[in-house]
Amino acid sequence: MDYFLTEEQQMIRDTAREIAEKKIVPARAEMDAKGIFPTEILKVCAESDLFGLYIPEEYGGFGGGIFENVIAIEELSKACIGVSVSFAGSGLGAYPILISGSEEQKKKFLPQIASGEQIAAFGLTEANAGSDAGGTQTTAKLDGNEYVLNGTKQWITNGGEAGIYTVIAMTNKARGSRGASAFIVEKGTPGFSFGKKEDKMGIRASATRELIFEDCRIPKENLIGKEGMGFLVAMKTLDKSRPGIAAQGVGLAQGALDESVKYARKRVQFGKPVIAFQAVQHMLADMAVQTEAARALTYAVSKFIDSAPKDISKASAFSKLYSSDVAMKVTVDAVQVFGGYGYMKEYPVEKMMRDAKILQIYEGTNQIQRNVIGQALIKEYAKRGK
Amino acid sequence: MGLLIDKEQCTMCEACLSSCPFGSLEVRDEAIYATESCTLCGACIDACPMDAISIEGGREVEEDSFADYKGILIFGEQRQGKVASVVYELLGEGRKLADQLGEELSVVLLGAGLEEEAKKLIHGSADKVYLYDDTNLEKFHDDVFTEVIANLVHEVKPSIMLCGATAIGRSFFPILAGKLKTGLTADCTELAIDKKEGYILQTRPAFGGNIMATIICPYTRPQMATIRAKVFKPAPLDIHHKGEVITKSFDSTKIKSRYVIQQVVETVEETANIADADIIVSGGRGVGGPEGFKLIEELALAIGGAVGASRAAVDAGWIKYPHQVGQTGKTVCPKLYIACGISGAIQHLAGMQSADVIVAINKDKDAPIFDVATYGIVGEVDEIIPLLIKKLKKG
Amino acid sequence: MKIVVCIKEVPATTKVKINPETNTLMREGVESIINPYDVYALEEGVCVKERLGGGSVVALSMGPPQVERSLKEAISLGADEAILLSDRAFAGSDTLATSYTLAMALDKIGDVGLVICGKQAIDGDTAQVGPEMSEKLDIPFVACVRKILEITEEKAIVERMTDDGYDVIELPLPAVITVVKDINTPRIAGLKGKMRAKKARITVWTATDINADEERIGLTGSTTKVTKVFAPQPRGLGMMLEGSPEEIIDSLYDHLKSGHVI
Repeated sequence: MDYFLTEEQQMIRDTAREIAEKKIVPARAEMDAKGIFPTEILKVCAESDLFGLYIPEEYGGFGGGIFENVIAIEELSKACIGVSVSFAGSGLGAYPILISGSEEQKKKFLPQIASGEQIAAFGLTEANAGSDAGGTQTTAKLDGNEYVLNGTKQWITNGGEAGIYTVIAMTNKARGSRGASAFIVEKGTPGFSFGKKEDKMGIRASATRELIFEDCRIPKENLIGKEGMGFLVAMKTLDKSRPGIAAQGVGLAQGALDESVKYARKRVQFGKPVIAFQAVQHMLADMAVQTEAARALTYAVSKFIDSAPKDISKASAFSKLYSSDVAMKVTVDAVQVFGGYGYMKEYPVEKMMRDAKILQIYEGTNQIQRNVIGQALIKEYAKRGK
Repeated sequence: MGLLIDKEQCTMCEACLSSCPFGSLEVRDEAIYATESCTLCGACIDACPMDAISIEGGREVEEDSFADYKGILIFGEQRQGKVASVVYELLGEGRKLADQLGEELSVVLLGAGLEEEAKKLIHGSADKVYLYDDTNLEKFHDDVFTEVIANLVHEVKPSIMLCGATAIGRSFFPILAGKLKTGLTADCTELAIDKKEGYILQTRPAFGGNIMATIICPYTRPQMATIRAKVFKPAPLDIHHKGEVITKSFDSTKIKSRYVIQQVVETVEETANIADADIIVSGGRGVGGPEGFKLIEELALAIGGAVGASRAAVDAGWIKYPHQVGQTGKTVCPKLYIACGISGAIQHLAGMQSADVIVAINKDKDAPIFDVATYGIVGEVDEIIPLLIKKLKKG
Repeated sequence: MKIVVCIKEVPATTKVKINPETNTLMREGVESIINPYDVYALEEGVCVKERLGGGSVVALSMGPPQVERSLKEAISLGADEAILLSDRAFAGSDTLATSYTLAMALDKIGDVGLVICGKQAIDGDTAQVGPEMSEKLDIPFVACVRKILEITEEKAIVERMTDDGYDVIELPLPAVITVVKDINTPRIAGLKGKMRAKKARITVWTATDINADEERIGLTGSTTKVTKVFAPQPRGLGMMLEGSPEEIIDSLYDHLKSGHVI
């Protein structure tokens, strides 16, 4: 369907599509099998000016919004969401600075991220704190002009590969989630190291590692916003980044649909291509409708967020929840359309199915998304009742 | 000047519309017009069943000036002092053409220490060999070769000049054509004489081998062509064939190259030497990956052949470019060509379909490779090849 | 250094086929693209400029007005400016007339240090325009360059692919070279390049602008003529070997043996 993209938005789509087709598709199977981080591909993304789509021009970006970023993420995701999460993860790391950073912080860090010279990462999750940010155990203590960080972040996308990390740590444990603060930590800071790379079910090209802080001293100026704002910064960041996950779902579903139709046209059984059988046609039809619906919702939500409304949590959760469920369903069906071949690594759909699962889990499980939506409904209807 | 469409003759069948490679014909007000993008390639002229299309303009033939031009002159390419096999192929075909025309067949040979080779060319049916024996000509320099041969052309005035479409031929023959301000047809696969006009009809593949075009050079002389290697059968050697080796010289102080060849490096590995191999085992996308090529190599070793590859396999990085067979790779003409997991894209067929015997192994029974195969086997490459290797070893 | 890259717009030829029954071309859905080899030439031009730390890359093409689109693409891929030679008088040019026309344009551009062309164009596959152009310009020519080892304003050291390997050549500049695909990996046009291309204006020169002799351009300047276009001969039918894999192999072996193929 035509979404009436502007000329600039079409350029973004075409550029990302070319990278996906020329660089990612030929490399994805090997990156998946061996868990190779897509350093070269991200370099091409950087050279093609894709890293700064959502960053204002004054900080070296393209001056677009969430929607522009979503277009790029969707295209990369058609080929491999292990690559697109590494790309999008940089945005996730940059949003805290963009949303609540000081002018100095923006000037110092955003141009490096926009150019792709450095990629960024966001550190929230810990062993005992994921969606429940109140359980955060990493601490930051002010000591003179420096904060001293201690603790371990877990399952951090781009961990070890990124140069700039935005990290949530407790400055006042007694206050629970209101005692959390956000910090910028640069790779190479003494006391900051990484755990081993996780061995994952899917998105195996992406790097997932622990961030380990042992008396890691960072300048006081690296505090984002004020002390105690950390949890708020984190929530606002996730509200903005969720359409990116939704875009991964849309792209992945589209990629799986494309492979399925292509295969169904070629595969001959009982004397005709299997696409001639209604049983297969109906599956493909459902896959196509669901993918398109996910795309329409994701685009609408992204444009809504770009219009800078006050409350975006519910809409943001809509897109992430729906698109990731669609991606899971469509990829499972894609394997079914391929039959036995779909189960083999010779074809890309089994990887797509393995990859899809993470979309229902990370950046808030789909159960948490439903909580967000449910709570928003309670608030909304309570207000109306007044 | 331009494309003329005779409205009286035209029946609006629109056959020309689909024939245009550039999409330059359009229907307007119940007539057909050529748009600005028309290159006057002439494809529509052949397509028109009513002969309603013609090209107006072009130059006039000054036939009188051609009277002096006679005979066929072949460029005798040599590398490291040995005449390339394509030269004998050109002699084989050139002999037939020269006999039809009733004219002489000669070779121009440049290099050092080539007297024996020159004599052998006479045995290969040349009537004359112009031999420039000079150490300055040992290595190939475009500009020197161009100058020396241009001078000879002015002197002996051949009507037709042929050269192998090798790296050397394709490099300097165009410069020579430019210098002589005459037409050159590249990469021909078929030659014939138009008996009425006396032209040489040069046929070559275009558009990636998807179409063939016959080209003439009606206005200027000599008529020049480069010819693909392995297309024609080499001339048989006949020690009784009589001919003359004419020793020529040039002024090496005046004709000098503007560039310096610092080093000549031979790199092609044994199994990559597909151009001259009698047996080629080739792999395509269907072999599955670089590991699959180990199997291909094993079969090549067992059967005593070279390893070839389709463009898909080379593009995928499974094997290096020197192994590539096809339109953008090498044209080969072995006695036996075994295509393993190659679907048979037209570009690939263009490079190998003149092989004497083609064996195709592919899991897709509808693969186009089977259309050209002498023996077709539907099956998995990694099942069939090990069996064949075993059989070959056992005998 | 001023570097000129010659670009040809071609139909994506792998899709052009002949209908064997009607003997006509079938070009449905075939789009026009920059000749793939020329993309490598352009990339090399941009690389040379980057290596030398200055200069400019000019993309030069001859063709109908719509070729502007391909030249804009060339700008998005790193060319600094683009010139299109477009004139009805150029129509029907063969390689000799084309190379004359391009050479006249190069004269007008002036002070060119290096001319880079793709090895050949995928529609005609002639590989003639580069060398013929060098003759008209009276400067050295090296075909099938797979690597530029060194380059200064005065000379280049290049590797030329040969049938047996490669030659290392010291080449005084200005010169014309053609490049093969091994030479580089063309970049993907980024957003900044695409924005620049969108705003760029393509210079258009006619036959008069380049002082071309009308006897040497277009159909009049062409020395060759296409007299016939037809589909390649399909090969005669062979036989499919059937049975168990072992039976197939035995049968194949017997056939090859009895035919003196092995």
